[in-house]
Amino acid sequence: MKRTLEWQIATVKAIRQETANVKTLTLALLKWVPHRPGQHYDIRLTAEDGYSAQRSYSIGSEPERHGEIDITVERIRDGEVSPFLDDVVVVGDRFEVRGPIGGYFVWEASDGGPLLLVAGGSGIVPLMAMARHRAAVGATVPARLLYSSRSFDDIIYRADLDTLAKRDGLQVFHTLTRSQPEGWQGFARRIDDRMVAEVNKPFGPKAQVFICGPTALVETAADAAEAAGVAAERIKTERFGPTGA
Amino acid sequence: MESERDLMLDGNAAAGVLQEIFGEEMTTALTTCDECATGSQMAMLRVFSGGPGLVLRCPACEAVMVRIAQTPRGTFVDVRGVRQMRLPLPSIR
Repeated sequence: MKRTLEWQIATVKAIRQETANVKTLTLALLKWVPHRPGQHYDIRLTAEDGYSAQRSYSIGSEPERHGEIDITVERIRDGEVSPFLDDVVVVGDRFEVRGPIGGYFVWEASDGGPLLLVAGGSGIVPLMAMARHRAAVGATVPARLLYSSRSFDDIIYRADLDTLAKRDGLQVFHTLTRSQPEGWQGFARRIDDRMVAEVNKPFGPKAQVFICGPTALVETAADAAEAAGVAAERIKTERFGPTGA
Repeated sequence: MESERDLMLDGNAAAGVLQEIFGEEMTTALTTCDECATGSQMAMLRVFSGGPGLVLRCPACEAVMVRIAQTPRGTFVDVRGVRQMRLPLPSIR
């Protein structure tokens, strides 16, 4: 699909609070085109004096939802863009976006599986687009998600993940690294080799692996997947840094 | 204090700028490092965006491969660190 990247105006259609410092913005796009799950949009904010700042945000929604996309924004302290998107933006606001962008960190149901998704924090966003797409097209590709959050209240998309687990056969494994509620049954440490091996066990070397999160998590999980026998070409990574800033 | 490494991203974060410059989706393009000859898809390059421009480094030896600076006078692209680039075939979708 050869297509020049063009800026267009997005209108904020809805805002949903996901956690204390994470919000999802639904953006309506006049020139919407279906994205590939895992792709992102660039967002450009321009001040009255002409100063502009640009950031990339992964699309969290599935391409089967026409005319609009969800982006999920984590508020980064001292950030330039995220505090604006998090605190200032209200329904009806408009700003410039361009996309969908990227072709490496993408998965479509036709790519098959089994699918191992590994996320840390807001790294869940592009993987959520994959999981929602899998559900929307009724794919039966076996899929497992290992998701690391600081605490129970920091789990982004918690209710939606529960629904995907109950209704669409996505197997979700949470790990909470900082604090765990009483009676917590899931993992309670940072992602390590043993954890990745355990979650990937039924898939073995056949897994298609997508990992998104901070650099340390990405490197640990990618090494662990290789140690579990998955060929490097089947492991795709995206580092999510404080650029969301 | 965050180290530069904590702020490191990868080529996925540069996808929009690369597509703007080359006119194609570039994260799946194969680049060969001029320093160590390692071939990497652009998505796998290390990206440092803390300065005024973007610096893309080889994931194997960390040599600088690409520098991009967008200025009011235009976009400067320095690709001295890339020995070869193989762009993906135009997709038929």
